[in-house]
Amino acid sequence: MTYTFLQHYWWLLVSVLGALLVFLMFVQGANSLLFNLGHTPEERRLVINSTGRKWEFTFTTLVTFGGAFFASFPLFYSTSFGGAYWLWMIILFTFVLQAVSYEFQNKLGNLLGPRTFQCFLVINGILGPLLLGGAVATFFNGSNFLVNKMNITDTLQPVISRWANASNGLDALLDPWNLVFGLSVMFLARVLGLFYIINNVADEAINTRARRHLIYNVVPFLVLFLSFLVRTLLKDGFAYNPETGTIFMEPMKYLHNMTVMWYVSIVFLTGVVLLLFAVVRTMMKPDYLRGIWTAGIGVVLTVIALLLLAGWNNTAYYPSTANLQSSLTIVNSCSSKFTLSAMSVVSLLIPFVLAYIFYAWRAIDSKKIDREEIKNGEAY
Amino acid sequence: MMHQILDVSAATIDWSRAQFALTAIYHWLFVPLTLGLAVIMGIVETCYYRTRKQFWKDASMYWQKLFGINFAMGVATGIILEFEFGTNWSNYSWFVGDIFGAPLAIEGILAFFMESTFVAVMFFGWKKVSAGFHLASTWLTGIGATLSAWWILVANAWMQYPIGQEFNPDTMRFEMNSFWEVAVSPFAVNKFCHTITSSWIIGAIFVVGVSSWYLLKGRERKLAVNSMKIATVVGLCASLLAAFTGDGSAYQVAKVQPMKLAAMEALYNGGHSQPLTAVAWVSPFGQPDYQNGQEPPFKIGIPKALSFLATRDFDGYVPGVNDIIAGYTKADGTREPSVTEKMQRGRKAILALQQYRTGKKDVTTRKTLADNIRYFGYGYVKSADQIVPNIPISFWAFRVMVGLGCLFILFFLVAGHITWRKDITHRRWHWLHIAAIVLVPLAYVASEAGWIVAEMGRQPWTIQDMLPTWVAVSDLRSGSIMLTFFLFLVLFTTMLAVEINILLKQIKKGMEAPNV
Repeated sequence: MTYTFLQHYWWLLVSVLGALLVFLMFVQGANSLLFNLGHTPEERRLVINSTGRKWEFTFTTLVTFGGAFFASFPLFYSTSFGGAYWLWMIILFTFVLQAVSYEFQNKLGNLLGPRTFQCFLVINGILGPLLLGGAVATFFNGSNFLVNKMNITDTLQPVISRWANASNGLDALLDPWNLVFGLSVMFLARVLGLFYIINNVADEAINTRARRHLIYNVVPFLVLFLSFLVRTLLKDGFAYNPETGTIFMEPMKYLHNMTVMWYVSIVFLTGVVLLLFAVVRTMMKPDYLRGIWTAGIGVVLTVIALLLLAGWNNTAYYPSTANLQSSLTIVNSCSSKFTLSAMSVVSLLIPFVLAYIFYAWRAIDSKKIDREEIKNGEAY
Repeated sequence: MMHQILDVSAATIDWSRAQFALTAIYHWLFVPLTLGLAVIMGIVETCYYRTRKQFWKDASMYWQKLFGINFAMGVATGIILEFEFGTNWSNYSWFVGDIFGAPLAIEGILAFFMESTFVAVMFFGWKKVSAGFHLASTWLTGIGATLSAWWILVANAWMQYPIGQEFNPDTMRFEMNSFWEVAVSPFAVNKFCHTITSSWIIGAIFVVGVSSWYLLKGRERKLAVNSMKIATVVGLCASLLAAFTGDGSAYQVAKVQPMKLAAMEALYNGGHSQPLTAVAWVSPFGQPDYQNGQEPPFKIGIPKALSFLATRDFDGYVPGVNDIIAGYTKADGTREPSVTEKMQRGRKAILALQQYRTGKKDVTTRKTLADNIRYFGYGYVKSADQIVPNIPISFWAFRVMVGLGCLFILFFLVAGHITWRKDITHRRWHWLHIAAIVLVPLAYVASEAGWIVAEMGRQPWTIQDMLPTWVAVSDLRSGSIMLTFFLFLVLFTTMLAVEINILLKQIKKGMEAPNV
């Protein structure tokens, strides 16, 4: 395996993990609609118990996404997390709130009351996808950071990367296009959450409300996502010269990537079609429950394609607007060939992991959640 | 070459250290109970699987309920720790990310998914999967948590004993050259065994403590007696194994982190046939005046025991703080350079790297870099006292850990004997029940003390001899970190209070209680 192949392989794996994370944010999406879907405490418990059996997957995927980035592209881990400190800290903070909210909210002795923890779930449900989406949008729009590895030899000031302004990442949210993408991810998570609830909760009232809310969230998602997509394809992109490593602006770089990497375009279009199919079918046929799977596969394919557009074909995936040459590419930010090779061997176990997740998921979801199950005991 | 004006203050370093310590300490309040209770839950459910008696099923569900309350907090605090390597220690993340990132990624892929997949089956699958599948899920949840501990301890062990890497001047970082040396280093093996067995002790003491409370109240006798029978055996085995692996860990520390051992023992001037300090007065209120070489007052030692512990030879040489600063001759006859010499060689390495990066890649520059790179971290050290860890904290934390560890062995011997041979429910054993309840918080104290020894004793290094904290840190304003420190402090403390209250209510309700 060549070093170049390994760099591309690991960008693909990171993209797959990122795509799975976006799909699994149906947990956040459904939680953000907790008070819309559940009008009574019992109905809210149904929603919470439905997402509560999956939240660990989302959480674990987020952690693994971070770990995989650390192992394969440590300079991104160093630069983005250390620089955009506040952006990441707020994201993490909301995920901490979420993690404890399921277990604690309906237990006796809960000092804060169930409502507090339900609000925590809503906060995470809105801010988690919004900010993660905003962070991912910087892959296309750039961030304000500087990298200079030479600093390590300066014994007084050895830090190699820093944010170029005082906001430590919050300035990303001042870029309207980052916000547009963040909002579209948030609405997408809500759409997926509604698909999931329709599939997983056997309750007439909740099901009816979920179908009604679908249209309210699909429309803003499509408007925001298509706006971002069109703008991104037409704008100048961040390219690098593979011979010299020099970063430069290239007109319509991402559109160019789509034409050069036609197979990625096919994956992208397939994903979009599957998502739209799930939306139309669910809205047209009241007995269609499997939208989460069709849409889920569609979202995974779409996000993989988007991330490949950002990182493959000599593209700088984490561009710096403060200093173009500080931009990160899969070549200048990756781990050594040895580490990528060793990690690639470990990655062969991923299908085995996916297989047992699939098996256990099916076992748990063999019966839809209903009011009877909530009363019976094994519930949050 | 672009030059950056950076502004990393001492406060940034201190608050970054404080925040990492805070999150690590909170994380370690929850994880050992997860690891320890997982074993006992697994045994209890295995009893159910073999006998199919309703009692064992109820007992399994009861302990799993307490496990679940604790589990969420362990997960919540863990995510912060992983990302803090990037947010607060960005230089570290680049400089050694090639090595350190791999165990974290493997932990996610192999361990976290196993844990999170099967914990859902364990909690919600009683009526949805077969008894065998459920039992397997319970054990796999514990195995997943244990595998997770393995990989994160591999990463931590590498920080204590960096091995299996080489410096690449072209990328300006250390890079892995042997995965197996990193993954199964003797330091990692000992650390894992010691940490896991100490976690089993916490699980066992928790179960014995809860059971004892029931016996004091005259409630849930069957649950209490049967759980105590399992927990005392687990606890005794774990505490004996913890003592054995602790000895192994100390031996490793003596070999690769002699300064940490010297601080743990408040050994200022070393020598042959050194005693192990049993009692001494080391003031907890400030760094002692080790330079003058006087022993701490009221010192009573076990003759030659430290030499044996450190070298497996009663007359072996153990260096003290001043010996390490001045340089000393090792057992194999080679000389360990003085700190001053290491600082000079570290600066040579940094200078050679600077020259290399500015285009002077000749043989001399390469040789200078290669000859001195092992002291690279010392190039950032300004004075020898910077490499001496906080002696009082290391000294007292070590004694708290070892003292309580010995107490646990004694306790499990007595409690096991009474539980298995006598009628533990009888009121004449109330003193034992009370003792068991008192020991629950002490088990946490011992466990945290162990981590304080490991981490404070390594200071000022993030990676031993390679990267001091002030070079590893992110370029952030101290005010930002201070704010997040207090946010996490308030959040974690509030959640800890909620968790303890829920746990106490659940224990009070007992096994027959409905879920809510």
